[in-house]
Amino acid sequence: MNVSNIPVIDTDVLVIGGGTAGPMAAVTAKEQDPSLKVMLLEKANVKRSGAISMGMDGLNNAIVPGHSTPEQYVKEITIANDGIVHQPALMAYAQRSFPMIEKLDSWGVHFQKDETGDYDMKKVHHLGTYVLPMPEGHNVKKILYRRLRRNRVQIENRYQATRLLKDADGRIAGMVGVNTRTAEPIIIRAKAVIMATGAAGRIGLPTSGYLFGTYENPANNGDGHAMAYHVGADLANLECFQINPLLKDYNGPACAYVTGPLGGFTANSQGERFIECDYWSGQMMLEFFKELEGGNGPVFLKLDHLAEETIQEIETVLHTNERPSRGRFHDGRETNYRQNMVEMHISEVGFCSGHSASGVWVDETGATTVPGLFGAGDMASVAHAYMLGAFVYGQICGESAAAFAKERDLPALDEAFIAAELERIQAPLKVADGIPPSQMEYKVRRLVNDYLQPPKVTKKMEIGLQRILAVRDDLHLLQATDPHELLRALEVHSIIDCAEMAARASLYRTESRWGLYHYRVDCPEQNDADWFCHTRLYKDENGNMAHGKRPVAPYIVELGEEKDAYQKLRVQKAANA
Amino acid sequence: MPTATQRTSVPVIVDEDKCIADKGCTVCIDVCPLDVLWINPATGKAHMRYDECWYCMPCEADCPTDAVKVEIPYLLR
Repeated sequence: MNVSNIPVIDTDVLVIGGGTAGPMAAVTAKEQDPSLKVMLLEKANVKRSGAISMGMDGLNNAIVPGHSTPEQYVKEITIANDGIVHQPALMAYAQRSFPMIEKLDSWGVHFQKDETGDYDMKKVHHLGTYVLPMPEGHNVKKILYRRLRRNRVQIENRYQATRLLKDADGRIAGMVGVNTRTAEPIIIRAKAVIMATGAAGRIGLPTSGYLFGTYENPANNGDGHAMAYHVGADLANLECFQINPLLKDYNGPACAYVTGPLGGFTANSQGERFIECDYWSGQMMLEFFKELEGGNGPVFLKLDHLAEETIQEIETVLHTNERPSRGRFHDGRETNYRQNMVEMHISEVGFCSGHSASGVWVDETGATTVPGLFGAGDMASVAHAYMLGAFVYGQICGESAAAFAKERDLPALDEAFIAAELERIQAPLKVADGIPPSQMEYKVRRLVNDYLQPPKVTKKMEIGLQRILAVRDDLHLLQATDPHELLRALEVHSIIDCAEMAARASLYRTESRWGLYHYRVDCPEQNDADWFCHTRLYKDENGNMAHGKRPVAPYIVELGEEKDAYQKLRVQKAANA
Repeated sequence: MPTATQRTSVPVIVDEDKCIADKGCTVCIDVCPLDVLWINPATGKAHMRYDECWYCMPCEADCPTDAVKVEIPYLLR
C-alpha cells in the first residue's frame, strides 16, 4: 500500500536502534520464529553504532553463581536507588544475567577467567561482587553483526525514526522516519515495535563546550524518549538524571571499575580516598560533587602509587577498548599515570537507565504502557542495567514482541497523522534564512546546564523551563540546508522535548533523592511519606505534558539491615584522627 | 535572518596519498556513528565535512590503508 505516495514497508517485528539491545532483540525474535519478518532500523550503521561502537572493557553487573545471587543483586541495586525500583524487572534481569554471559561466551565474546577457568569476578560495588573484566571486549559489535546476518535480520542503516504510529485501538502500528543521507521519508507498518534507541545523552552541554564531546555516543540524543512520549507511553523518574564521574575534558569514564580492583582509586587533591566505594550511584556522585567543589578539590584518579606492570595493564585496557582515544588525550597533556594523578570532573546531565534509573517505563516483560511497544537498553527504565542489562532486556523484548506479533494482523494506519508528520520532518528544508541546527542545539543545551544541572533550585528550574519553551517557539525558524543538517534539525526537536521533560520532571518531585541526581536545594530531605513512588511523565489527552505517581511494586527481596548502606559512602575519620 | 560561515579545525585527518576512496572504498564513511565523513568531490578522497566528532575511532581502526588519524578536538586538547 501507499500513504502520501510513499510505499509502506510491512514487517512483523520492527527494532529501532542497532547498538547493543537492538541486535540482541532482533536476533532473539528470529530465534523465536524464523518465519517472522524482523527489521532492524539504525540511524548510523549497525557495524559500529551505539554506546559500544568500539567495544566494552567489562561487565559491571554480572551475577555469576558462586560469587553472588540474584537476590543479593536485587537488594544492592534497590538500596543504591534509594528504594525506587521495580524489583520484578531487576529480578528478571538478575536471573537471566548468567545464561546471557554463557550465550555471549558461546558466540565468541571473551570474558576474563582465572587459572581454574572460572570467571574472574571483581568487587567494585559497596556490598557484592559483580564486575567481570573483558580485556578483549573490542570485538562485541563484530560478533553481533555476524549473528544478525546469520539469522537473516533485515537491516536498514542510516534511517532516523521520528514518530511512532498507533492504530485506532491504541496499539502500536509502526513508525515514520527519514533517510539521513537523502532526506527521503520511510513509513514502516509493524505488528510489534522494540525501541532500543539508547540514552538521551545530548541534553546537557559538556563543560568543554564541544557539542559532541558528550559522555554518551552523541547519536543517542533522546529521539527514543521523545518518540515514546509523543505516542503516549509513560516515562519514569526522569528527574533522576544521569551524572557520571569522568576525566576532566575527556568524555570517557575515569574508570574506577577497571582500575579499582588493581589498586587505583578516586582521590582528592591531597591524594586521599574520600569515598568508600567507587560504584556509580547518586550518593557516590553527591560525595564526589562535594569534594570537587570543596577546599580539597578537585578530584583525581590516583594510580601513581601502583607498580609498573599494573600500570601497563591498566593502560592496555583503558587505551584500547571502550574509549581508545584516551591515550591520545593523555599524551597531548603529557599526563602519565606513573607520575600524575589524573584530574576528574562530572559529566553533563542526561537520561540513561544504564547508569541511573530514568527512562521509558517498562515492566519485567519489556512492555511499555503502549500495547505492542517494547523498550530495552539505556532508554528503558530498568535501573543500573549497563551493557549486560541491554543484552538481557533485548532478549526479553525479542521474545515478548515475537509473541505479540504472532497474535495480530497488520494494523491499519492513521494516514492523516502520517501526512502531518511528513510535513513536520520536511519543514526545516523549506525554511530560508533560518537558524542552523547547531546554534539552536547549543542554546537549549546551555540552558539545561545553567538552570537544570544539580544542585537543583526551584526558581532556577522555573526560569529554565520558560527559556526552553521560548526556544521551542523558535522551531519554525529551524533551517536545514542538506539531509545531514535535517538529521541534526530533527534531533534538535527531540533534544528540546527531553529538556522540557527534564525540567518538568525535576519540578514535580518536591524532595531530594538519589544523591546528586535529584539534589534539590530547597527541598533537601528525602520524603518517603509523599515520594516513595515512581513518577510518571506522559502526554495527556489534550497533548500536554502531565505527571502522576506510580506505586513501587511490593518487594520480592527485603532489604534488611543493609538498607542504608549507600547513605554511608564518605570515608569516616577515626574520632582520634 | 542572514547567516555567516565559521571555519573550524577538524579532528579527523585523512592522508590523501593513502586513502583509496577514489577506488570505491567507503569503509570510514560507512562506520562513522555520526556520519561526518564524506567524499570530497574535488579529490575523490574521504574528508571530515562536519565538525561533529565523538573521537570514537572506528574510522581509524577499520581503514584498510591506515589513512585515517583521529585527533582530540582542539577545544579538549
